[in-house]
Amino acid sequence: MFKSLFSEPANKPLQDPLVSPNPTSQTTVKCTTCYMCACRCGIRVHLVEGAKGPEVRYIDGNPDHPLNQGVICAKGSAGIMKQYSPARLTQPLLRKPGSERGANEFEAISWERAYQILGDRLTHIRATDPKKFALFTGRDQMQALTGLFARQFGTPNYAAHGGFCSVNMAAGMIYSIGGSFWEFGGPDLERSKLFVMLGTAEDHHSNPMKTSLSKFKRAGGRFISINPVRTGYSAIADEWIPIKPGTDGALLMALLHELIRTDTLDHAFLKRFSNAPQLVVLDEGEREGLFAFDPDPAKGPPGDGRNPHNKLVFDLTSGRVLNAYPEGIAEGCDPALDAPPEGYYTLADGTKVVPSFALLRQRVLSCTPEWAQAITGISAERIRLLAQELGHAALTQAFDMPIAWTDAWGKHHPTTQARPLAFHAMRGLAAHSNGFQTVRSLAVLMSLLGTIDAPGGFRHKAPYPRHIVPNYRAFNDPEMVKPNTPLNAAPLGFPAHPDELAINPDGSPLRIDHAFSWEHPLSAHGMMHNVITNAVKGDPYRIDTLMLFMANMAWNSSMNTMTVRDMLNRKDEKGEYMIPFLVVCDAFQSETVAFADLVLPDTTYLERHDTMSMLDRPISEFDGPVDSVRVPVLAPTGECKPFQEVLVELASRMKFPAFTTATGERKFKGYTDFIINFEPQPGIGFLMGWRGENGDQHLRGAPNPKQWEAYAQNNCVFHYTMPENMRFMRNWNRDYLDFAKEKGWRQRNDPVQVAIYSDTLQAFRLAAQGKSKGRQPPDHLRERIDTYFDPLPFWYAPLEDAAIDTNTYPLNAITQRPMAMYHSWDSQNAWLRQIHSHNYLHVHPSTAQSAGVADGGWAWVESHWGKVRCMLRYSEAVEPGTVWTWNAIGKGDGAWHLAPGSDEARKGFLLNHLISEELPLPANFGAAPGARVSNSDPITGQAGWYDVRIRIRPAEPEEPHQSFPQVDTMAPVPGVRGGVSQVMRFFAGKNKP
Amino acid sequence: MIQWLKDLLQSPPQSLSPGWAQADGGGRADPIDTETPTLARQLALVIDLNVCVGCHACVTACKQWNTSGMAGPLSDVNPYASEPTGTFFNRVQTYEAGTFPNTDTVHFPKSCLHCEDPPCVPVCPTGASYKRKEDGIVLVDADKCIGCKYCAWACPYGAREFDDASGVMTKCTLCVDRIHDKLLPEADRKPACVKACPTNARLFGDVKDPNSEVSLAIRDRGGYALMPEWETKPANMYLPRRITPAAVGPEAQTPGEISSNRV
Repeated sequence: MFKSLFSEPANKPLQDPLVSPNPTSQTTVKCTTCYMCACRCGIRVHLVEGAKGPEVRYIDGNPDHPLNQGVICAKGSAGIMKQYSPARLTQPLLRKPGSERGANEFEAISWERAYQILGDRLTHIRATDPKKFALFTGRDQMQALTGLFARQFGTPNYAAHGGFCSVNMAAGMIYSIGGSFWEFGGPDLERSKLFVMLGTAEDHHSNPMKTSLSKFKRAGGRFISINPVRTGYSAIADEWIPIKPGTDGALLMALLHELIRTDTLDHAFLKRFSNAPQLVVLDEGEREGLFAFDPDPAKGPPGDGRNPHNKLVFDLTSGRVLNAYPEGIAEGCDPALDAPPEGYYTLADGTKVVPSFALLRQRVLSCTPEWAQAITGISAERIRLLAQELGHAALTQAFDMPIAWTDAWGKHHPTTQARPLAFHAMRGLAAHSNGFQTVRSLAVLMSLLGTIDAPGGFRHKAPYPRHIVPNYRAFNDPEMVKPNTPLNAAPLGFPAHPDELAINPDGSPLRIDHAFSWEHPLSAHGMMHNVITNAVKGDPYRIDTLMLFMANMAWNSSMNTMTVRDMLNRKDEKGEYMIPFLVVCDAFQSETVAFADLVLPDTTYLERHDTMSMLDRPISEFDGPVDSVRVPVLAPTGECKPFQEVLVELASRMKFPAFTTATGERKFKGYTDFIINFEPQPGIGFLMGWRGENGDQHLRGAPNPKQWEAYAQNNCVFHYTMPENMRFMRNWNRDYLDFAKEKGWRQRNDPVQVAIYSDTLQAFRLAAQGKSKGRQPPDHLRERIDTYFDPLPFWYAPLEDAAIDTNTYPLNAITQRPMAMYHSWDSQNAWLRQIHSHNYLHVHPSTAQSAGVADGGWAWVESHWGKVRCMLRYSEAVEPGTVWTWNAIGKGDGAWHLAPGSDEARKGFLLNHLISEELPLPANFGAAPGARVSNSDPITGQAGWYDVRIRIRPAEPEEPHQSFPQVDTMAPVPGVRGGVSQVMRFFAGKNKP
Repeated sequence: MIQWLKDLLQSPPQSLSPGWAQADGGGRADPIDTETPTLARQLALVIDLNVCVGCHACVTACKQWNTSGMAGPLSDVNPYASEPTGTFFNRVQTYEAGTFPNTDTVHFPKSCLHCEDPPCVPVCPTGASYKRKEDGIVLVDADKCIGCKYCAWACPYGAREFDDASGVMTKCTLCVDRIHDKLLPEADRKPACVKACPTNARLFGDVKDPNSEVSLAIRDRGGYALMPEWETKPANMYLPRRITPAAVGPEAQTPGEISSNRV
């Protein structure tokens, strides 16, 4: 056998690896839901008995959970180190009187005192001027509750982080097809043959994407990745197509050009299921560019974003203009997609009209592959071939599935047509000031090939598809803000018309972040990145209290970080802080904690109840709705309280109507009671499983007092699988539409016609042009809205390009999220930080050499707005005009309970310092000199992170080998968990070796 | 076995103290046995590079299972300070090949390959490094290991890690404490990394069983050994990249022909 230098028998080891029972694998298992990112996989937490109670032995994926089916990612597997991180806050903290913000000098206080301080202050604000309370959340997976809190408080100043994250992806698609990517929908890789992924690094829907992509590849599917960088998923793409950041829209427009030029279209889909054949008014005036309608009142209001059905088509069979519904979709009718030779049709009253598709055809004429080549760096030939590939996959490789369904107008379809072409796109498209129109162009492309909710194509997830435009009660009048009164409106939503904007009669913004104003009307997710700047400028007004939940605004979640930190400390002429009171709620000592006046320690995910609700951001599958919960598997550490409990407590103390009985008593004991018993509509609550008094009604039913137990006994998840006839084509699926309305997912059951042409955008454009009655923008914004609110998609250069000299700053700089870290939240994790303790700027060798910087060398990276010093790494996996780094790895010295001088602070860096949160309004738009506007998409307010342009130069040899800028070291705050030693030997349980 | 090791084991021991030379019959009288019959059973991993996206799930899943298990604890030095470094049995490195725009990015997980002819075993002075007859897993007996690190020098793959805090060598155990544990549900009797991997890039089984999932994968998808020139006969195998070409255009092929681009 195997001989060693000494013949000690090898089959008699002293340490027996197979001792049975194995004391380290016998565990108590509790199911809950992961929270290391927004994927929310089902997990099993294995506990062993420790010296002071149960300890986490390991965490694995729950094989019975529909979302992850037993797998778990690097972050989820490192949850132990999140739970036991020394950076954990464990006590409420109050800034020491007389100390400066940012100096990190706190005293620990009791919760009762914290509630009293905060409650008194909020009560006063609520009774005088509610909008002076601003609540903004970062890690927002409880928006239904935080939004309710804000609404009951009566302030419009509420949002989650979507405005600085990826609202363009949500809005661009929701305004086009009634749904979007992430948890709202995604690629049906199970049946697809060609998968095109654009601008994606890591994503929320992380493990399911990995699982399905692997199966897709093994089944012979072809995977194309379009991205400036080849990392992560792109590594296993069959083809990597490098592209310049911010130019995906040009590529997509050229693909539209090719498909339309070669007539590679799903004509039947466009005619029946979209507004492509609907007739658009050409004549100048109030209805110019909007859809023509039947003036007969019996046909309903004129077609618009809220009431889309009173439209007209031209029937080629009969040669007449008909109502789009029902005649336009009747058997035998063939609505025209194109204009006749004269260029227009004429209505009975003489109005000239064309099908909206004809306008799209006209739009894409100039978007040739050659035009796109010059912009994107992708050869015209490749673009043409790609268009051929797309058409071939969707239409030539189409097949029928034997699933019968009935459409919204009663037509029976004996089969469901598959369109095996699927896409996925994420921040690479969204985080640009041209992102909305870019995403629109992708949505139109997906629609021209009929892939919307088709097998193999894009599939929605409940509660989507939603109405185009989703209904909401708009906050649009300053009078709606009243002391001690809930806001009778939703602080966030999807505007369909200028009347719905959150503006004063003079057109100025109502919200502190300027969301839903003429500056960026469709800012559906708010604009968190504007709050601090605007509050300090007092534009449009000063606020009193800013409450931040899990949002690292004093670091990686702000543009222009150093200025934001300075602004948080800025004082007025009386010596008071411009933002008088800052409340920070977090589980860990982040950089932002140093600036708080009051710190509220949150629990970790293992110590709390939580809901992943249909009212919020659920985890539905394609085949049916899913919601889930977290249940505590460990007791809270120290004095930590789950943030939701804090909100319910505050709401109860302040006697918000929804939290108070008719006799003035407290309605809910706490969060779990609230979740069981709160019903925004009869029979609809936060959780849809096991409703009814006996827990036997799903989706809709009376509250079940034992609902939490039911979830805990069922892997903490509820999954409803819809019958087959309801699983596809749901924008137009009669059975599904009725079902969705019945279950409260939509208020209406009318079909959701795909918006190839967005008349909603045109409504805003008409206002800017002065052609519509009603609200109009201030003069200095007219040209901007006229330019960007184009009802058809188009590509334009990012706004940064016009504001700076692109010859001086020729390179694009972007970030990506790594798979093993979630924004700034994992440097306090001993295992994950060994994978990413610092970051480099990755640069193509030719670019780095032209700049004179060696591989691994220190360099200055400069934009028009700021500069950083960092280390470079050469990489062939990046297009030469782009540089990139992992996001949020760089940390402030001492934050996250890292030792001063740690890699994250000394060698890590942020790109944020290079990015300005404001841009000048271009003079050619008629703006006054010096006028500024948010560095955001003019349509949605999406922060334009990836627009920044930079140059590189080597650092001087005598410069210190550390990143710039550095901040003052942050000392550990009172109550922080601590317990760090130079060597850690983690072993769970009492049976230590 | 590689030649230098053969030479080493065949030469008479020199400059050893008398005590050592006398143990168990002393010296090396027999020639190296190069005709050992192969094991009946060899458990191993097959890593599919065609679907690995470099997410590191296998890295931390392994760490968390093993730090509190029979092979643990796995220490971390400077866990919250500068230059953190810790013991990990499995690591993923990402390589680039080629030049832009034809760059390949390869995510490459690597852990002990449980070689059939492991050089780390014969070099061990105490017999702590051993290969199990039952299933071919190579292990470190921590109670015998004296931390001389000779085995780490012998391993061409860098698969062994010396744990500074415990003073012994550590390495992938193929989760031997899970896979044979009848008290675990059967579905859980596999290595932690295999269970975790979101892309199912890690397959586990007996490479001596021609019908096992791993043997089929090796056969059908061209599984290959890492650095075969070291003659260690690694049991773990890697599956190469396969490119699915476009269905239209100049590179289109008729159905059934899939070009393979071995990485």
